[in-house]
Amino acid sequence: MTTMSPAEPTRRDFLYIATAVVGGVGAAAALVPLIGQMNPDASTIAAGAPIEVDLAPITENQAIKVFWRSKPIYIWHRTKPEIEAAQNVDVAALPDPAPDSARVKEGHDQWLVVIGICTHLGCIPLAHEGDYGGFFCPCHGSQYDTAGRIRRGPAPANLALPPYAFISDTKIRIG
Amino acid sequence: MSGHTSIEPPQGAWPYQLKRSDGTGLYEPPVYEPKHPVLRWFESRLPLGGLVYSSVIAYPTPRNLNYWWTFGAILTFMLVAQIVTGVVLVMHYAATADGAFNSVEHIMRDVNFGWLIRYLHANGASMFFLAVYIHMFRGLYYGSYKAPREVLWILGVIIYLLMMATGFMGYVLPWGQMSFWAATVITNLFSAIPIVGEPIVTWLWGGYAVGEPTLQRFFSLHYLLPFVILGVVVLHIWALHVVGQNNPAGIEPRTEKDTVAFTPYATLKDLFFVAVFCIVWAWFVFYIPNYLGHPDNYIPANPGVTPTHIVPEWYYLPFYAILRSIPNKLLGVVALFSAIVVLAFVPWLDTSKVRSATYRPLYKQFFWIFVVVCVGLGWLGSKPPEGVYVVLARIFTAWYFIHFLIVLPLLGRLEKPRPLPNSISEAVLKKRSLASAAAVLLAAMVSIGGLLGMATRASAEESPEPPRQNWSFAGPFGKYDTAQLQRGFKIYREVCQTCHSLKLVPFQALGWAGGPAFSEEQVKAIAAEYKVKAEPNEQGEVEERPARPADYFPPPFPNDQAARAANGGALPPDMSVLAKARGFERGFPGFVFDIFTQYVEEGPDYIHGILTGYEDAPPGFKMPSPNSSYNKYFPGHAIGMPKPLSDGQVSYTDGTPETVDQYAKDIAAFLQWAAEPHLDARKRTGFQVLIFLVVLSVLLYFTKKKIWHEIEKPTEVAKGQDPRATTT
Repeated sequence: MTTMSPAEPTRRDFLYIATAVVGGVGAAAALVPLIGQMNPDASTIAAGAPIEVDLAPITENQAIKVFWRSKPIYIWHRTKPEIEAAQNVDVAALPDPAPDSARVKEGHDQWLVVIGICTHLGCIPLAHEGDYGGFFCPCHGSQYDTAGRIRRGPAPANLALPPYAFISDTKIRIG
Repeated sequence: MSGHTSIEPPQGAWPYQLKRSDGTGLYEPPVYEPKHPVLRWFESRLPLGGLVYSSVIAYPTPRNLNYWWTFGAILTFMLVAQIVTGVVLVMHYAATADGAFNSVEHIMRDVNFGWLIRYLHANGASMFFLAVYIHMFRGLYYGSYKAPREVLWILGVIIYLLMMATGFMGYVLPWGQMSFWAATVITNLFSAIPIVGEPIVTWLWGGYAVGEPTLQRFFSLHYLLPFVILGVVVLHIWALHVVGQNNPAGIEPRTEKDTVAFTPYATLKDLFFVAVFCIVWAWFVFYIPNYLGHPDNYIPANPGVTPTHIVPEWYYLPFYAILRSIPNKLLGVVALFSAIVVLAFVPWLDTSKVRSATYRPLYKQFFWIFVVVCVGLGWLGSKPPEGVYVVLARIFTAWYFIHFLIVLPLLGRLEKPRPLPNSISEAVLKKRSLASAAAVLLAAMVSIGGLLGMATRASAEESPEPPRQNWSFAGPFGKYDTAQLQRGFKIYREVCQTCHSLKLVPFQALGWAGGPAFSEEQVKAIAAEYKVKAEPNEQGEVEERPARPADYFPPPFPNDQAARAANGGALPPDMSVLAKARGFERGFPGFVFDIFTQYVEEGPDYIHGILTGYEDAPPGFKMPSPNSSYNKYFPGHAIGMPKPLSDGQVSYTDGTPETVDQYAKDIAAFLQWAAEPHLDARKRTGFQVLIFLVVLSVLLYFTKKKIWHEIEKPTEVAKGQDPRATTT
């Protein structure tokens, strides 16, 4: 019973295609807010503003944890032997080669500031633990040295460095 | 003749059996036969394709369905839309007594497109009910409940009941004043039940009164019930596909010629009207999103104060009127529920053998009387229960039940129906042009909007209407005036903030596009002028620190008690959503025009009115308290706030006149922005969406027309008629 009219096939097809395309564009556009709403909202983004940390109370060999953008940041006041251990490593032999100088800010060798999230699957490694005197991740056994570099275990990369800068000798701004 | 006019279902197995048009036996709709071997393999194990094909593609529908039959598809679309937007809102909503109101404001301000999704959902509920009422009235008009469609109809009544429960619980979730008191009033309906009433109400509340446990269970059920509705909708559609659709002629299709395949014919017609319906929805969402709400629901729930005039959402008003018209608690509640339950018995109360009102001259008139009674009950539900309104409500309530219990049973015996056509193909179809269908839809919108208008503005105040101002943000292309917002903010800082908090507004909002648009540095500097509580230090002491852009405006008083103590016992309201929490009665017919002229600036007009409305009290006016001042526009005229502004009080640097009138305009504009910071984006997006929907509707209309033309042509040509004559 559906006898197709042979007249004007081109115009008719154009109408059908145009309708389908416009409808499809609308459906796709409707997805924008539905997907976009799951991205961080304005209050979350604003709360991720830089923070300032006073380093003065942190004694030698002490590692503190602060939070920036809901991430734990380790600030480690390294001792002389720890710095030397980190510097005297065959960089080329490391799983993720990086010299100690690339892990700290120049002139502030004693301050290691790393994001305390294991690059394996996101657990928080323990400071002052493991065979390398750095970090040890209790989840799957990844070991990091006193520069936060991966030395052994399943983690593929060194602990990430947050963006930060020294405002003075005893104050940094993270973010 | 009797054989032709019978409305008895055809004998034999459902779905109804159609004869082939050439009279050579029964018509069998085409079946799904996948060509690809993988599909065939799958189909023989789970015939999903066959189900879909037979249900929504080959399914034969009466060819004479008019646009009122598209509301089933519209309702399905709205149900899905409500579920999708609802699931999104849940991702950001907090169902706690302390957090619910603020989390809704968080959605409106911070969440990406949060304002859009919430307005879609809130107005979607109204659209859903609008569509369901049209769908129900259509069923009543065309007798769609009659054999063999009784179960189909009853399932519909169950869906409607579930919708009412879901809509009510959803209205409670924002935890504003109307939410809270609606929850209190509706749950108290159950206290009318003798003996077990009180324990049931306590059980519903989970406490001694409506509170956080109530909110949390309503939230849980509000999430659950739409999926229950979805399940019953599946049954509803299943039943529909078993017994087949009714149609305007009210007679069963007899031959293949009486039907068309669901796809593309019904599908395109449905899609076209879904798009048209979306235009109405979008109009509300983008231009008058709070028109269907109540300003009081932008005031956080306060268990100590009941709003002066409490009304339900517009879609419950007729039942609310029935409840109030009975001067007995138990009987009122019984009447309320009976008014809904009686619908389930309509298939047996209506004794007529003829389905469609088209062929029932008397029923047609009683139907329209019934429509008027329902709309009238809605209007009365919005009016205060006093004087003539009570009398009218009683008459209308009586008629509501008389219609079902007396008119319907008697009419079937008394009425002489007009002769039915022999078949759908031969039915003289009442030609309803698209324009008239749209006009009816629009009229329905107006009357329902009107009902609500009455509902929201029903309190009989003797205060004059504040004069309307020319706001830059009014109308479809309205935009905030950045300079005005900055001036308004200056007034807030130099005058208002001494007493009024702005605690839902973060400093960073001052830098958003479409706002006062301060630079990042300016926002930081403004924030740093305020002190907020710091995180506890290592000794556990909480010190103060300068605020950051992510912080919120700190309130001027540590708590409400301190605020009252400093202000002669009156609590200065928080100003974050004040512009949306205030309004005034617009009266008839203003509120109807408001839908089309998009006049929704009652809040800023009221604020401007209050700030410019201080005068000496007229002789004979008795101030209730020496702390009060006389204000022309304040309800009751005795306002606790002393005149806050005087000429020259705040200095402007841009040459704007330093007058009270100008100050009032600027602060009202600023407060409108504080309440609705994404207004610019809303109106801009709205224009784009409307243009898109109009284009889509036009394209769908012509596509539909083209496709129907192709099927109508051979028949009409055979009958020697102009093929275009019946193309809607």
